[in-house]
Amino acid sequence: MSMLLETRQLSVTIADKTICDGLDLQIETAQSWAILGMNGVGKTTLLHTLAGLRHPQAGTIELLGKDIGQLSKRHIAQTQGLLLQDYEDAFPGTVMQTVLTGRHPHMSNWQWESAGDIAIANEALAFVEMEGFAERSILTLSGGERRRVALASLLCQQPRLLLLDEPTNHLDLRYQHRLLDGLTTQLREQNKTAIMIMHDVNLAMRYCDRALLLFDDGTHKTGSCGEVINKENLSRLYDYPMRSLKENNTEIFIAG
Amino acid sequence: MNPRAILFLLMLGLASLASLMLALHAGSIDISWHDILTSFHADQSSMKQQLVQDLRLPRALGAFITGGLLALAGALLQVLLRNPLADPYVLGVSGGAAVAALLAIMVGASALVISGSAFIGALCSMLLVFGIAHGQGSWTPTRLLLTGIVLASGWGAMISFILTISPDQSLRSMLFWMMGDLSFVQSTGMGFIVLILGLIISLPIARSLNILTQGELQAASLGIETHRLRILVYLLASMLTATAVTMAGSVGFVGLVVPHLIRMMGFSDNRILLPAATLFGGSLLILADTLARTIIAPQQLPVGVISAAIGVPLFLFLLYRGQVQRL
Repeated sequence: MSMLLETRQLSVTIADKTICDGLDLQIETAQSWAILGMNGVGKTTLLHTLAGLRHPQAGTIELLGKDIGQLSKRHIAQTQGLLLQDYEDAFPGTVMQTVLTGRHPHMSNWQWESAGDIAIANEALAFVEMEGFAERSILTLSGGERRRVALASLLCQQPRLLLLDEPTNHLDLRYQHRLLDGLTTQLREQNKTAIMIMHDVNLAMRYCDRALLLFDDGTHKTGSCGEVINKENLSRLYDYPMRSLKENNTEIFIAG
Repeated sequence: MNPRAILFLLMLGLASLASLMLALHAGSIDISWHDILTSFHADQSSMKQQLVQDLRLPRALGAFITGGLLALAGALLQVLLRNPLADPYVLGVSGGAAVAALLAIMVGASALVISGSAFIGALCSMLLVFGIAHGQGSWTPTRLLLTGIVLASGWGAMISFILTISPDQSLRSMLFWMMGDLSFVQSTGMGFIVLILGLIISLPIARSLNILTQGELQAASLGIETHRLRILVYLLASMLTATAVTMAGSVGFVGLVVPHLIRMMGFSDNRILLPAATLFGGSLLILADTLARTIIAPQQLPVGVISAAIGVPLFLFLLYRGQVQRL
């Protein structure tokens, strides 16, 4: 196990709201993290801070042992990639062009995508089950399809650390499971790590091994899913009573 | 680079040459193709050869360079502002140039001074928009666009004021200047250098520009220093526009529509779009200018009238023919 991303006494605030204070995270190779919390608690802001897109108020973030603030954006993008919550496409482009943008951090200015890059993109498209869409304009895609193209683009980037903002957003139930199942399997096989913001506690329990709970008062809890995901913590996390059902050793959480 | 894109750029290059030849050939005196070709290396200077070398060639090159500058600036600004409605003048560069140029025309300055003041006016406007929009550090496309549009309408009011108080004899040249007129073209050397520099600077960043159209965060997460890139694109597009305005006044339409025409033909990758728009904008403006000076000769029309007359139906036809889903 080697350290991929480490935060020390990280403090992140947005518009006077404390998202986290004194956060110590140790993200290691081949782990799968879930970030859980209420709407507006700052999950996305924290994820963007980990991605190096925002400066923290205090504390340090180290990527592979180097302070992320000292690294160039390009250098960061070669190691970690981010799936955004939403995409704003201003101009037409094909699905293939969009997926290939993932190769950007690995290419020099004058370089064109090679056959190898296109093979990587095709593999990524196959992973999200959109092989037949390569020449379609992205402006004609549905929300779920656009989301899968974004994920393919991230896979095409081949980062060691994937930061996913609600990866199952816009996806139907069947595809949520196929995606998370495929993704966690692939990550395990390739020794990669994911940090994903999740809204469905049960999906998090099933596909992640570690969790970061962000409470509304600016405190947090980290640990393995089994340790930190329980009725008491969840009721406090969502400010709503939660109970659990057990079936064949699988615990399921429901509201009420 | 795929073969289809290479073929497309090659065809646009040929079309540029063909339109240049046509511009040398057509006019009040017909010059044969043979005379055109010999006029470049003949020592003896017949009247026809002088006509080609001293009048038609500089004017045709001026048209090509102006069209290329505007189309390239338009494509860059559409990406920078992430807005398909952006054109080279949307941020007020031409308004600042127009105010300065009209003031120069009003006091009866020479053509060279008019061009010089237009360039200075454009630069002032560009720095003003940049300073105000950039002032507090945050620099969203919307903020930049709003600053530019408000400043442009301020320039518009000043233009109306100048037109109102100007003596009748300078009104005509003022109107021609504002509609875009290539008979003002002084020298093409400067414009040519700016155009080539513009292409040299924008081509290596074209792939980053593709990603910028997906949003600033996405671009940053793919390793692009978005802040630096956007300042570079802003300064570059403004310089291209300022140079074009200095050469020919504000020729409308080319900068807005040519990038869209190229996108409708299926080339939305900026690495192809930027050079293609440059070539296409150049040829379109040569053709427009040739028509402008021949269609009701000896009377000359402002080139902006003709470029719109060619471009508007072409654009609407492509839009109607069902390419809408690409846009």
